[in-house]
Amino acid sequence: MSTGASPSEIDRRLPTPAALHDWVADWGRVVVESMEAVGDFAIFGWQTLVWTFVKKPQRETILPNFYQVGVLSLPVVALTGTFIGMVLAVQSHFQFRSLGLETQLGAVINMSLVRELGPVLAATMLAGRVGSSMAAELGTMRVTEQIDALESMGANPIHYLVVPRLLACLFLIPALTIMADFMGVVGGYFYSVAILGIDKHHYWYNSEQFVGSFDFSVGIIKSLAFGVAIAIVSCHRGFHCTPGAEGVGRAATASFVYSFVLILGLDLMIGIALDMVYYSLWPGGVRISI
Amino acid sequence: MSEDLQTYANGALIAGINLSVQFGSQQVLREINLSVPRGQTLAIIGESGCGKTVLLKTLIGLVRPSSGRVEFDHGDISQLNERALTALRVRYGFVFQSAALFDSMTIGQNVAFPLRQHRSFSPAEIEEIVHERLAEVGLPDSIVEKKPAELSGGMRKRVGLARALVLDPELMLYDEPTTGLDPIMSDVINELILRTRRRYTVTSILVTHDMRTARKVADRVMMLYPLARRGRDESQVLFDGPPSQLERSEDRLVTQFVRGEARDRLMEMRSEGDLAS
Repeated sequence: MSTGASPSEIDRRLPTPAALHDWVADWGRVVVESMEAVGDFAIFGWQTLVWTFVKKPQRETILPNFYQVGVLSLPVVALTGTFIGMVLAVQSHFQFRSLGLETQLGAVINMSLVRELGPVLAATMLAGRVGSSMAAELGTMRVTEQIDALESMGANPIHYLVVPRLLACLFLIPALTIMADFMGVVGGYFYSVAILGIDKHHYWYNSEQFVGSFDFSVGIIKSLAFGVAIAIVSCHRGFHCTPGAEGVGRAATASFVYSFVLILGLDLMIGIALDMVYYSLWPGGVRISI
Repeated sequence: MSEDLQTYANGALIAGINLSVQFGSQQVLREINLSVPRGQTLAIIGESGCGKTVLLKTLIGLVRPSSGRVEFDHGDISQLNERALTALRVRYGFVFQSAALFDSMTIGQNVAFPLRQHRSFSPAEIEEIVHERLAEVGLPDSIVEKKPAELSGGMRKRVGLARALVLDPELMLYDEPTTGLDPIMSDVINELILRTRRRYTVTSILVTHDMRTARKVADRVMMLYPLARRGRDESQVLFDGPPSQLERSEDRLVTQFVRGEARDRLMEMRSEGDLAS
């Protein structure tokens, strides 16, 4: 079928060889740079893993990081958990009341908390509060040559700086998740029973029926993966910080954005994988109660 | 590697052979050869951005060369594993341009850091060595508990020197040791470099664009030129010889740098359009 365009118009619409060459070169550069970035991140993660097992970290590097990640994050995680529990109660009650299922609120709130919201929100708070701070601190160390100084004095920067941060995130994020879960359960219970006037016996009974130890384990397993992701992403961004105040700011922002995207991606993948494990172990959907 | 270059490297404590360094598409160093015999103090001079600091960091393995190699005490450092490289790094001290003291540690902890990493001294012994080293660079005991942010630039540089000296290194590397300091403090640092050399008989390489420092402390001067403004067949090294010969160099780029004259550079900048005429 004729397009109605003259040959000269068709020539104008077609890209010239030079433009095509530039287009291919630009896309090629993007692909190569992306592969380099992923490869660099993978090597960084691998080196961190190797140094975690090769040499024991020093006590003076472990304690400040455990304090920073665990103790200082506890209040904000507890507060977030409490509010999320209460918000879940408000939202679920609004919808469940019309169906006459108010007594099922405990099951919905507690299931959502232990499987999803507890681990994801604890990890998000950790990525915002600790991950950005790690990236900014290590970025400043990179810019002011402190990381070079460490290396020049025979101390491996990954062993000295990254491994303690990884261990702090890995060991303390499950504790923070448990805290978020607990405070969420308390917040949800308080709002449902004390404010909405739902019968507390039915609230707990339905929770016990639906929320099992497997659901709780799913949350904890997810939190471990989130902890590793936050530590490695944040430290990697800090180590690759570009010079200047802008570079440090960009490293801190990028560490949060990348960590958050990774948290959501891991949440989905681990959720699917653990559900497959669950259905292969208990095809009939049997639950082990707490 | 040619036999000439091997002979060139043989008598040296540290030698760079055909060193080239490239970051992405930007080449910073091209086929640099340098050899520093034991006990010598070499000053690497050149304008900002010519690759002096990159060369210094390449010599101790902080920057990996894209081609060529570095020999320290006749061993190729690129062949060393992590453990051997750590053992090697104990043999040199590096004084960074910004001192690079650890912000989170006190001055005492900064100076003690290499000792805690590589020696098994008691806390009392470490404390004694820290006080001794700080006294050598003219700093009082009262600063031991202070944080680096509480000190002046000159004091931070001296703490950096004390930290670099704490393991009795064989090779000292100074990255622009007097940059940003007042003339008196610059001379204090020059005197400390000379005193360090006399007391510990160390080999030293310093990177500077302060001609007063280069003339005062160096036995030999090497001048680098930014690669972006050199032709494909032109060497990046404009001068390599004793400081007394600098003024007599036949290369106008060398004499202009030494005298601080901007004539040719201004003309270049005008022709490049960087500067309005």
